[in-house]
Amino acid sequence: MDSPKEPRTLYDTPPDFVFDPARAARMMTRHGHGGWLGLKYHAHGQGWFELELPWREELVGVAETGVLASGPIISLMDNATSMSVWTLTGKFVPHATLDLRVDYMRAAEPGRTVIGHGECYKLTRTISFIRGIAHDGDPDDPVAHVIGTFMATHGSYL
Amino acid sequence: MSGPELPPYARALGIDIDHDEDGNPVLFVDFSERILGRPGFLHGGAMSGLMEMAAIAALRAEMERRGEAMKLKPVNVQVEFMRGGTEQRTYAMGTVTRAGRRVALVNAECWQDDRRKPIALAQMKILLSPAEG
Repeated sequence: MDSPKEPRTLYDTPPDFVFDPARAARMMTRHGHGGWLGLKYHAHGQGWFELELPWREELVGVAETGVLASGPIISLMDNATSMSVWTLTGKFVPHATLDLRVDYMRAAEPGRTVIGHGECYKLTRTISFIRGIAHDGDPDDPVAHVIGTFMATHGSYL
Repeated sequence: MSGPELPPYARALGIDIDHDEDGNPVLFVDFSERILGRPGFLHGGAMSGLMEMAAIAALRAEMERRGEAMKLKPVNVQVEFMRGGTEQRTYAMGTVTRAGRRVALVNAECWQDDRRKPIALAQMKILLSPAEG
């Protein structure tokens, strides 16, 4: 249950809202697509953010093998990279994904939680450049690499 | 031709086949909280998932016409988001641009109420290998 003081989403936060990554992640992963996927906060730092995607039968792409579909991986990386931008801005800046490219290195092991590591490597006033990897335990043996851009829709990043 | 052909992920999201267009299946998903991204808008990942399903469905249909049983392995996907998806039914269709013996390039388009105004595009590269047996 949401406490009355907790905004439902980041979009309900006041303009002076100081971006608290863990708190923001809780909001983002409680409702909507992130909530349905079961995304959870994992870790963050300056310019990077990690979310967890626990394995679940419903998210499988190949029934015979139990391998996760790629859709949930894209959503995981979209959200993790999105959050990484706000660790740099220090405030919530509404934005939209412009493009995302995902390279699939290998299938994720059935049953394993996938970690999405997103980072923002460049901010301009309007565009944030992001990249990241998804792995299922060993960051040196990723499941996928991603790269993409977001655009600030209201206001400026800088 | 719905249900069993689509994987658990697609069925769980409510993705289904609407009709065939020149041999390419047109997939759709109705709006629900399950695919909501930022308030009022479709999640980009859900859109991408729908387009990937449509791309794979189009390639499977093409392989069937050729009478080739192939195993498909996605190599990569590039997605362009052009408009925010709103709270209504969303469609996607894949088009096989080039399918050789080992690799295929498939485009997919995603739209809502106006077919001439796609909300997203995807381009997917898929490795082909002969299915066992």
